Amino acid sequence: MFRLEQRPQPSKTMLYLTPVIAVLATMIVGAALFALLGIDPGSAIYLLFIDPFVDSYNLSQLFVKASPLILIAMGLSLGFRAGVWNIGAEGQFIVGAIAGGAVGLALWGTEGWWILPLMAIAAALGGGLWAMIPAVLKIKFNANEILVSLMLVYVAENFLAQMVQGVLRAPDGMGFPESRNLGRNDATSLPDVFPALGIDAGGVVMLVLLALAFFLLQKHALGFQIKLTGESSRAARFSGVKPGIIIAVCLGISGAAAGLAGLFELTGAAGKLTIDFPVGYGFTAIIVAFLGRLNPVGILLAGVVLAGTYIGGENAQFQLQLPAAAVTVFQGMMLFFLLGFEILINYRIKRLRRAV
Amino acid sequence: MGTLLEIGGLSKSYPGVKANDDISFVIQEGEIHALLGENGAGKSTLVKMIYGLVKPDSGTMVLRGEAYTPAKPIVARKSGVSMVFQHFSLFEALTVAENITLGMDDAPNRKELSQKIRTVSEDYGLPLDPDRLIGDMSVGERQRVEIIRCLLQNPRLLIMDEPTSVLTPQEVDTLFSTLRKLSADGVAILYISHKLDEILALCDHATILRMGKVVDTCTPKDETAKSLAEMMIGGELEIHAQTEFTPGEVALSISGLSLASKDPFGTSLKDISLNLRKGEILGIGGVAGNGQDELLAALSGEAKVEAGMLKIADKPIGQLGPNERRSRGLLTAPEERLGHAAAPMMSLSQNAFLTGRIRKHLSPGGVVNSRKTNAFARDIVKQFDVRTPGIHVAAKALSGGNLQKFVIGREILQEPSVLVVNQPTWGVDAAAAAFIRQALRQLAARGAAVIVISQDLDELMEMSDTFAVLSEGRLSKPQPSEGLTIEEIGLMMGGDLEGAAHV
Repeated sequence: MFRLEQRPQPSKTMLYLTPVIAVLATMIVGAALFALLGIDPGSAIYLLFIDPFVDSYNLSQLFVKASPLILIAMGLSLGFRAGVWNIGAEGQFIVGAIAGGAVGLALWGTEGWWILPLMAIAAALGGGLWAMIPAVLKIKFNANEILVSLMLVYVAENFLAQMVQGVLRAPDGMGFPESRNLGRNDATSLPDVFPALGIDAGGVVMLVLLALAFFLLQKHALGFQIKLTGESSRAARFSGVKPGIIIAVCLGISGAAAGLAGLFELTGAAGKLTIDFPVGYGFTAIIVAFLGRLNPVGILLAGVVLAGTYIGGENAQFQLQLPAAAVTVFQGMMLFFLLGFEILINYRIKRLRRAV
Repeated sequence: MGTLLEIGGLSKSYPGVKANDDISFVIQEGEIHALLGENGAGKSTLVKMIYGLVKPDSGTMVLRGEAYTPAKPIVARKSGVSMVFQHFSLFEALTVAENITLGMDDAPNRKELSQKIRTVSEDYGLPLDPDRLIGDMSVGERQRVEIIRCLLQNPRLLIMDEPTSVLTPQEVDTLFSTLRKLSADGVAILYISHKLDEILALCDHATILRMGKVVDTCTPKDETAKSLAEMMIGGELEIHAQTEFTPGEVALSISGLSLASKDPFGTSLKDISLNLRKGEILGIGGVAGNGQDELLAALSGEAKVEAGMLKIADKPIGQLGPNERRSRGLLTAPEERLGHAAAPMMSLSQNAFLTGRIRKHLSPGGVVNSRKTNAFARDIVKQFDVRTPGIHVAAKALSGGNLQKFVIGREILQEPSVLVVNQPTWGVDAAAAAFIRQALRQLAARGAAVIVISQDLDELMEMSDTFAVLSEGRLSKPQPSEGLTIEEIGLMMGGDLEGAAHV
């Protein structure tokens, strides 16, 4: 018989080492999985975990994938710190893209440096307001924000489908359910900044916001209140924190960040709104947030790792005929191992002996 | 009378602490045996081993001549060992009889049981109606239910863990006569307490624990409270003289404070009024659950009330939140240290920030000033003798007494004009308790008004200038503590708020 026993003092080293161990464990179990499928485990692991970071073409794609993941995860991590569980970043990502995209499409044909910033503001507002729905319902009626935010993802997807078949459909698109291509229009396409790593203007904004989040959590009273709320809501109220404000701030920021990510995806990698526009960044970002220990620096690293699995997964599909779902399996495995090993930071396994 | 239970060399370790170290003593049939020790001395671990909740690492127990190794409480009960816990395990929505049925290993049918409950409870002077709902009963009555539940199983040894901490003085007397009767009937009682007068009044023998070891045994009859205390803390006890109290102007005025409790089993505050003057220490006594938590919440600002119900320096503050009240000089220290007064996983430095932010100006313009915050935390640790490796240690790593010193110190060092503390020395060892009381007295001597809410009457009598009782959400009229007798206080605690007034 075994039992979990609380450790007197959790190890600080292990706290930071667990994400690394989780990634390693994913590689090992993944290799075994490949071997069972009859695929050479060595080359599969290389393609998924190493190649994305050494091949120059792959590197140029790295932050194209990593930026939205990191940006969304950064927003989510604030809420997760406070015990506000926004699971609907995917929906906020979509609504942000629609809102920002709509502004760009409305100004179609206009030139000016101010168009992209305006679109970005509209996207942040759109995503933020979408996230305020679960916030208001939670504050007013104590409705569970996990369920409400998650359900709103499906509402957002249907809203997107309506938009691309309706008012946002390209007039010269021969009836295809998609918008004009904002990525091929100078005024509405994101300029590249550091193409070798795939960092565009959106990536730069992401890095700036990440630094701001770091400052907020480490040095600002609001960051302290967020952490305190997650730690003990009763102590937080005693300290003078107003719970409703924390809920609104956390959902608002994470929604706005997801909305911005949606716009950057739209004006960068995707170019246009289609039904297939959302690719699950909003959900993968949850893994990024936890793999990064809800810490801005950790999230940066975790975002890069997860982006690598996207890129590696696509390559593996071509070269090894790996099913597309394999990437999802890998990402899930990573979260599974992470949460599993996390228990061992605070607890140790003790073997129960027979009675004295 | 022969030997009932012989304990030989019991030891038990938890990660990082030796809770019990080679404990040996003997309980005779029918005796009342005290287990005396400060918090953390290892009393609970020891009785949990006797009751089969915790398995000893080594050592033996012999019950009436036979080896006794209870693997579970049910085995202990079958062998005739029962225990009444400090915290009850009763369902409030069920009746007495239903609760007792649930706790019994082989319960008879309901009618027979009800009859038995009546007989046994009357036999031992603890009358109990089997059909009443637990939710309607006072804490003292609930304890009766727990005791009767044990007695129905005909125990040979009854373990009682700090049974009087929740009782009024009258209820304590009733309990004691019950325990004496049980003892006369041959039931041995292992009585855990750190209240010295009770042990002097009740117990035949005492085993004294300190830091997990038996340090002494004695016959309480031959001892004094002072000598017992010294055995318990292993040092000389200081008696502090009451400081002179010269009442100043009104610092906090409460008028017609009412607050409906949000908790269905909580207590609503009803029409509380008082004037607290500068330099005054008001002691508020009463049995737990009579509105203490609600009163603290209403004063801290966690619960908002009508503006005019609370006034500081004649300005209404009832509508304000905790931080606005702090900036006006009203500070509080709740009873629950971990998870209310302090955040368990956060460092002492962060916990200093938790309430000190406003008055100590630790985050000008929202940006945390770490240097100032750390200095404040270090100041608390130094001035209040908080034993810790440093200010970056998590609050939960501190012992109860040290954390309590930190929490009280954090508020006192902000120089409040009014400080409200709930149970300032609950679960704190004698030395730390004396330190905390002294610090509160000094604060009052500097001109602050202090409210001490406590269940410990000795503490209140020792430190307060004026005294009032909270009973079912109502507060008695505060009166000078000097000259109050325990009987008068007992009547007030029983709900007679006017009758006891003697001035």
